Amino acid sequence: MAARDRTGAALAGAFVVFVAAGFFLPSWAVSLVILSLARGIVALGLVVQFRSGLVSFGQALFFAIGGYAVGLAGLKLRLTDMIVLTVIGVAAATLLGAGLGFLMRRYREIFFAMLSLGFSMLFYGLLVKTETLGSTDGFNVPAPTIFGARLSALATRTLLYDLTVAAAAGAALGVHWYLGTILGRLDTALRDNEVRVEYLGYAPGRVIHVQYVLGAALAGGAGALTAMAVGHIDPSMAYWTTSGELVFVTILSGTGSVLAPFLGSLVFGLLQTYALQYAPSVWQMILGVALLAIILYLPGGLWSALERNRARA
Amino acid sequence: MRTATSTLGLLAMAIGVAALFLIGLPAPVASQAEKYRVGVVTLLAGPFAASIGVPAKNGAEMVAEAINNGTLPAPYATKGVAGRSLELVVVDESTGTAKQVTEFRGLAERREVDAVVGYLVAGSCLAVAPVADELKMLTLLSTCSTPRIFEENDFKYVYRTSAHLTPDGVTAARYLLKRMPNVKTIAGLNWNMAYGQDAWRDFRLSVQTLKPDVEAINEQFTTFGGGQYGAEISALLTKKPTVLHTAFAGGDFEAFVVQMTARGLHQNIQMVMTAGAGSMYRLLDKLPDGVFIEDRGPYSVFARPTALGNWFRTTYEQRYGITPPYTAYHMGQAVLAFKIAADKASKGGAKPAPEEIGRALEQLKFDAFGTTVHMSRSRGHQAVTESAIGVYKFDKAKSVPTVVDVTYYPADCVNPPDGTKGEAWIKGGFKGARCD
Amino acid sequence: MIVATLAFIVADGVIYASWLFIVAVGMTLVYGVMRILNVAHGSLYALGAYTAATMVGAWFQRGYAPLGSFVLLLVAALVVGLVMGLILELGLLRFLHGRDEVVVVLATYATFLILEDVIQLIWGVEARPAPQPYSLLGTTTVGPLLLNNYDLALIALALLVGGVGWWALTRTIAGKLLLAVIFDREMAEACGINVRRVFLVTFLIGSVLGALGGASTAPMISVSRGLGVDVIVLAFAVVVIGGLGSIPGALLGAAVIGLSRAAAVHLLPQAEVFAIYLIMTLVLIIRPYGLLGHERLRKV
Repeated sequence: MAARDRTGAALAGAFVVFVAAGFFLPSWAVSLVILSLARGIVALGLVVQFRSGLVSFGQALFFAIGGYAVGLAGLKLRLTDMIVLTVIGVAAATLLGAGLGFLMRRYREIFFAMLSLGFSMLFYGLLVKTETLGSTDGFNVPAPTIFGARLSALATRTLLYDLTVAAAAGAALGVHWYLGTILGRLDTALRDNEVRVEYLGYAPGRVIHVQYVLGAALAGGAGALTAMAVGHIDPSMAYWTTSGELVFVTILSGTGSVLAPFLGSLVFGLLQTYALQYAPSVWQMILGVALLAIILYLPGGLWSALERNRARA
Repeated sequence: MRTATSTLGLLAMAIGVAALFLIGLPAPVASQAEKYRVGVVTLLAGPFAASIGVPAKNGAEMVAEAINNGTLPAPYATKGVAGRSLELVVVDESTGTAKQVTEFRGLAERREVDAVVGYLVAGSCLAVAPVADELKMLTLLSTCSTPRIFEENDFKYVYRTSAHLTPDGVTAARYLLKRMPNVKTIAGLNWNMAYGQDAWRDFRLSVQTLKPDVEAINEQFTTFGGGQYGAEISALLTKKPTVLHTAFAGGDFEAFVVQMTARGLHQNIQMVMTAGAGSMYRLLDKLPDGVFIEDRGPYSVFARPTALGNWFRTTYEQRYGITPPYTAYHMGQAVLAFKIAADKASKGGAKPAPEEIGRALEQLKFDAFGTTVHMSRSRGHQAVTESAIGVYKFDKAKSVPTVVDVTYYPADCVNPPDGTKGEAWIKGGFKGARCD
Repeated sequence: MIVATLAFIVADGVIYASWLFIVAVGMTLVYGVMRILNVAHGSLYALGAYTAATMVGAWFQRGYAPLGSFVLLLVAALVVGLVMGLILELGLLRFLHGRDEVVVVLATYATFLILEDVIQLIWGVEARPAPQPYSLLGTTTVGPLLLNNYDLALIALALLVGGVGWWALTRTIAGKLLLAVIFDREMAEACGINVRRVFLVTFLIGSVLGALGGASTAPMISVSRGLGVDVIVLAFAVVVIGGLGSIPGALLGAAVIGLSRAAAVHLLPQAEVFAIYLIMTLVLIIRPYGLLGHERLRKV
């Protein structure tokens, strides 16, 4: 019998702790946490895909779609409510993900990675060519409101922070539930032996499609939240190095739990901040060494280090 | 295998993350009243670190040190900023916009700076400006080219102490038409990014406003960092425009020059290179004589030989071994402006508040390193300077790159007047320009 | 006019394709044999360029015979390739054999990040121009075309590399062993081939080729930071389009990209930026294994 699953309780506890902390942390830390949790939400989608042995090198596509949906909605439709904007980001990304998913579900391994990269770079090229959207400069996103009210900068940021924490917790809970369903349990089976899954009567393509759409939705929501938190969007949100960073976080986190990507993302964010502060000319090397160390010595990611003490059934 | 979480794991995670945050909380700092901490943000990594990013840092450090020692030439020989010593906190700008916003907040809260100076990348400037106002952090932007910062918004705590991109194109157009009044066709080869698109548009519109029958027969935009221009050069060899405009700089500029001179493109086409002057010290005789060249303002080889200008150039050359590029001047100007404004705002007592220093900056006119800066646009937040352009000539006798036929254009001739957007001003025939 | 444009498109396309081929062939070879998509190939390119620029700079400063600088380029490539190849294979990749392909890619990505800063630590932030060899050979005029002979020499180099590679793979015993390993590693090992040694030799050759890409490019650009990043994406696209692991595929992929880019530049400049990713995506959609790649058998 597996040890009692405490994920729900853990999530609830984490939610309370983070929301409370939001009132005490200085604004740079609040900003860092929002960005890290948003990145963690994207990584959550990637973790689900990674359990099936798939890595998307183009998740930045949906991340950027979420961000630009927010920007365009603010610019053209004058929509600034933070919840509405997040929903728009999710919706736009989900739509595109559902469409592209029909194509992507037929690819595996490195080809899946490369095709996803191709799509995100195409979108990047499109954004850079669009001078009305500021090309590579991008443009600023108007300050978000809540239920029609425009609050002070501090209140807005705290509310955005709370929204992000809630979104992260909700996403984690949702994915945790999904992984308990039949479709969810098939993901590791796919990685182990896809042919057997077929012979058992399930469609691998459908699993991958669902995973892809899930990843897109999560990335879109995260992109929307990030756009509102930073107040500025630009095409670099779709560049391959952004996807690379997301994959980095996925490997760093490991696939052991739905909480893993958030831990990994927070650690990454802090690592980057302190590397920049104390070693501004070699921060890339520090990140590279960290990634290599994880791959060589902790292949299950950071989470596997925490799980070592657990008795396995 | 369903994922599950152990309590121990969660506890470990919580403690770990909390610990890392606690490390970051600002340590109780000894009274800050006796010092000025200023954040300096520039590109320390990536393809532009060498040519413009690190020199900007050098410029800031050099000027700050001179301020602290009181060794700046008159009239700035007083020690310190408002009598207090200046300490710089350097931050790398190459990490992407989202991270820059976080870093800005970090400078304000974690590293407790009194002001922030710098920024080379347009995207960072645009993203950071609203945060500066939110945190009431005095910010002096030094480069970031794009005119859109103040053209599209008003900021209370953000200033830019150097001119933006528009004067480059206007200057080039005026100079070109003065020397080649019968030009019929122009072409452009620029980066596929806002900077390249804006630079070409400014130049093209200026030329066509001054001489409406000029036709732009070819415009190319290449990937930043592309480095291989064989096909583009061939296209120009076939199209045969009279003039080629490029705002390339750094590595791509040098690659283009090496490749195009090998095929003689410059022999039949007049080159107008609005950002290439910085590369002349590396290219030397590889850069062909006769190209029109600018340095994003009256800097480096164009800096006037005033006491301040000579001091800046000589000190930089001695310390860092090369002629300072324009970003070093931009950054030095910003630090100097900070000192001047703070000195002016301080009543010889307590540290002046950011608002007071800001007010002292508005409409400020001061002698910088080889030029005069006037904070006269966008309600006193945007600076203008004269512009400079010349013809490149490599002095073979002394083996030194030089510019000849230098023309300086007054600030009010090539900068849009206060309250007018650049593109509209050019299209409208440069209404309000004063070019005497 | 039209003839001139067409002639230029072909000429430019072939020149660019040769450059792409030299840069990308090492990557595809390494993937074909070792199933490793080496992101650090970009670093090898950069290291080759920096080493060549430094050596050529010193050479010309001492005033030695100008033509000798071409030999220097090859020497630089050889030295960098062998040294870095040994370090990377024996120091890192050896421990990753058997791991998931994508994880290995990430390890090479991490290596790339590390080497980027290492390059900065060694060479500093200054740019190094070494343009002298580029104009040494003069130019050729063929009808309306004015071409630089160095570019033409690159075509020759690409053909040489491709030709020698093809001959070595199909006409020598060592080459056939390599092909066997490419086709089915397990089977090859079962037949007694020392796969470990094959891996090492392959990686060394691939590294030398990567460094050669950088060294041969150094005279036409300004060697500065960030060289590797742009090249990785290009090499990647060539390799993908041609088919992973296929050397004739790399040639074809390079040709396709080179010609379409040249055509775009001359005829439709706005499309130039999209060209490469559009082709890569289209090829992946229509022929998922690349133009000349062979289908992977699913093993149960």
